[in-house]
Amino acid sequence: MDANTEPTRRSHEIIHRHSGTVRITHWVNVICLLVLLMSGLQIFNAHPALYLGSKSTFADPVMAMRPMKHGNDVYGVTTILGWHIDTTGVFGLAKTAAGGFQIRGFPWSVTLPGHRNLAMGRRWHFFFAWVFVINGLAYLTWSLASGHLARDLTPAARELKHIGASIWEHLRLKFPKGEEAKHYNVLQKLSYLIVALVLLPLMLATGLAMSPGMDAGYPFLLDVFGGRQSARTIHFVAASAIVLFFVVHVVMVLISGVWNNLRSMITGRYVIKYPEAQP
Amino acid sequence: MSTRSRLDRRGFLARGLAMAGASLLGGCDSELSDQPWVQRVLASAESLTRVAQRALIPAKALAREYSEAEISKDFKANGSTSVDDDDYRALAANGFADWKLKVDGLVARPLELTLAELRAMPSRTQITRHDCVEGWSCIGKWTGVPLKALLDKAELKSSARYIVFYCADDIAATGDDDGKYYESIGLIDAFHPQTILAYDMNGAALPIAHGAPLRLRVERQLGYKMAKYVMRIEAVDELATIRGGMGGFWEDRGYEWYAGI
Repeated sequence: MDANTEPTRRSHEIIHRHSGTVRITHWVNVICLLVLLMSGLQIFNAHPALYLGSKSTFADPVMAMRPMKHGNDVYGVTTILGWHIDTTGVFGLAKTAAGGFQIRGFPWSVTLPGHRNLAMGRRWHFFFAWVFVINGLAYLTWSLASGHLARDLTPAARELKHIGASIWEHLRLKFPKGEEAKHYNVLQKLSYLIVALVLLPLMLATGLAMSPGMDAGYPFLLDVFGGRQSARTIHFVAASAIVLFFVVHVVMVLISGVWNNLRSMITGRYVIKYPEAQP
Repeated sequence: MSTRSRLDRRGFLARGLAMAGASLLGGCDSELSDQPWVQRVLASAESLTRVAQRALIPAKALAREYSEAEISKDFKANGSTSVDDDDYRALAANGFADWKLKVDGLVARPLELTLAELRAMPSRTQITRHDCVEGWSCIGKWTGVPLKALLDKAELKSSARYIVFYCADDIAATGDDDGKYYESIGLIDAFHPQTILAYDMNGAALPIAHGAPLRLRVERQLGYKMAKYVMRIEAVDELATIRGGMGGFWEDRGYEWYAGI
């Protein structure tokens, strides 16, 4: 504990940070989520509007991306909870290379396939949904059995008390060093737990709630989410939350030692630096 | 058996990874989506979904039925909303009084039934949710003949495995017969209590936009399975020899035959 009692001070130490299971399932998950997101946007584009309840209230969507006429001009308008936002060229209406217009929800660059093809979008989506489910079950089973979930991801009460301090440190871009860097900090633990145990399972459950087959066998799926169209809206919102997590996660990886972080998620080896040992 | 399925699962994961890697490296997903081998691999998930849903969902589990108050006032008519054909127009002009539904193929007693004869058969009324493959849902009230009643009357042969529905609408509008809509379902869905041939919608005769005089309802699958303008029903033992060979108009164009999700 006390640095002064150490016989020799090391400047750094290499630890084995991530197990093989974590590394493999992490990267499989990255691929799955990327394909699921892009093919999901292709599917969304087939009817770029969201509703609440069992059925679609076409005249009153909670969110929609569509073209609207104003005078002689056509705009791409994104409507969210009654607010209209001009998103011409990005959402609702795309400009083509020839100078014309094309009605679409999300733009070419973020859908799979890039051109409009609902059938192929569904093929990509459901294939990778299966890979995602098998991979996720493998991860969760291993995490429970090996103690990874309890040991590495569950925050202690003491950590939760200091969550305010941890947020302040992160905002100042000060990251744990030395012994503290050997474990996930409390914000990491909480965000990984929320993604792995809440958001990703929620994606699966709301996805299944959109299946007319599953709804017949398991009608509680409809009750839990407040109807099929609500489930579709929650599916979209949860996917957006995962995209937000992804952005923050990648920024954190980049600014807290990108090569060290990437190496540890590929080979498992992570370098711990001891700042106080430096001359 | 269990080793085999574990290997299959691993192979499935490996193929998925190889494909995703190729898509990222290529950065050219549209071209990748055009590759026949990619389409074949991706399509393999459909059998997994079908087998899983058949195992997880009891064969007689009913789709949820809703109250009158929940019926959509703006039920969307999708796909064909009319039939551009003189014969059909003549039938429609006469209230489909001269129309007859043919039931043939692998049945002991082929049938030809008028709308009045269908209406005289036992009927079922259900208020159900229609889920379009595009993502929207509408709720409607349907009254019609249970398909099971028709198949029993026609004495379905034991060699029959699929029921095919031939429609009047030429959705592709290419002018040739290949553009005509058709669909097919397996016997699990054919004998499901909610699988009906509807002649009424929301308490009135089925409108032309929704498939008059007769449309199929398969409540545990997506909208495109529910063929409109049904003219003939054929019991068959395989789908490969019919039209594009995939069991339906949209199936021939890349959509899943098992549309439970």
